[in-house]
Amino acid sequence: MASLRVVHYVNQFFGRIGAEEAGDHPFTVRGGPIGPGIGLQKELGDAGQVVATFICGDNRAATDLEAFGAAVTAALREQRADVLVAGPAFNAGRYGLACGEACARAAALGIPAVTAMNAENPGVDLYRAKTYVLPTTPTALGMNETLGRLARFAIRLGRHEVIGAAAVEGYYGKGVHRTAILDRPAAERALDMLVARMAGQKFATELTLPAVEHVAPAAPLADVASARIALITTGGIVPKGNPDGLKQSNSTEWRAYPIAGLEQLEPGKYESIHSGYDASAANSNPNYVMPLDAVRELQHAHAFGDLDERYIVTTGVGTAVVEARRMGREIAAQLKERGVNGVILTAT
Amino acid sequence: MITALGPVAADLGANRVIRGVKIPHPCGDPTLEPAGDHALRIGLVRAALGALGEKIDKATLFRGAS
Repeated sequence: MASLRVVHYVNQFFGRIGAEEAGDHPFTVRGGPIGPGIGLQKELGDAGQVVATFICGDNRAATDLEAFGAAVTAALREQRADVLVAGPAFNAGRYGLACGEACARAAALGIPAVTAMNAENPGVDLYRAKTYVLPTTPTALGMNETLGRLARFAIRLGRHEVIGAAAVEGYYGKGVHRTAILDRPAAERALDMLVARMAGQKFATELTLPAVEHVAPAAPLADVASARIALITTGGIVPKGNPDGLKQSNSTEWRAYPIAGLEQLEPGKYESIHSGYDASAANSNPNYVMPLDAVRELQHAHAFGDLDERYIVTTGVGTAVVEARRMGREIAAQLKERGVNGVILTAT
Repeated sequence: MITALGPVAADLGANRVIRGVKIPHPCGDPTLEPAGDHALRIGLVRAALGALGEKIDKATLFRGAS
């Protein structure tokens, strides 16, 4: 089998350019392995040849990832790389970002790539969906062992071997589940897991659930009767005709629509565009999802102070958690600016 | 938050949760007479306002209208 053309990315420190004072060192291509690349070459053996080392100062790379990425793309093309190895970056944040970006650029060119960093490195969460990231110790103490894992992984990637599930192969999950035919049916595998669990033994799930983020409850409103309240719904209630083209699912956006002077959401003037539930009830009476009629009645009865003049809407169906978190931050910032004290959010 | 999936919402990090009616119509019930449906909706919003004034230290499922 022909030896793979391996390209290695390192920062200015591991590239033997200098320490922090060389943090702005521009993107440079050197022939052959340098620094940890020498250990990487040993681990690759005859299977791969480190044909070039890319070096860039951490500050230079991390402050302009776009320009850095463009330089990586051009250099990868020039080197006719079969596979890119970046780092390991351990717990160095700027280095981790550069390694992740370099790998993401390689992947975009169809060149398989792998990097390694510690779980605490921000590069893990930013790039794990775009590239393979292997775990490491926090510091370079784990260098030799990590280079061995990187080399073995790179050889498999370069040979286009099938890479299995994250839990089995030992990389940070990319959040992707691939369909595969396994020897044993799901029922047997599930029973094995159950037995292992009951016996207190280790087992690896085939479906890792995202960690749920819990938020400390907000302090109660001191005086609801004088509070300014806003209404939000994830039920996709928009003015008839969906004037802003709000997405029906996998939402990445939210809108605010005026309700000043409205006593209810009049049927026929508002509709549900949410693709995840039967909208017939909501269309016959949008207040079933966005209860403006009841809210107004309670406002007139002084059950609370006043109502924000706009309601906020998105469609909560198939929405990625990362998008929901961003939208939540944006909405909360706006509501705060508008002096809102409390929110009633209705969800379908 | 008013939702028919109350326990799910509380498990997933919503803190003040009112159990709504059904997924497609959390704030009302089209099978009820208009007066009963209206009273149900008033009760749900009233419960939500009440929850906003309640001190809690963890995710809490409040009773809705009924």
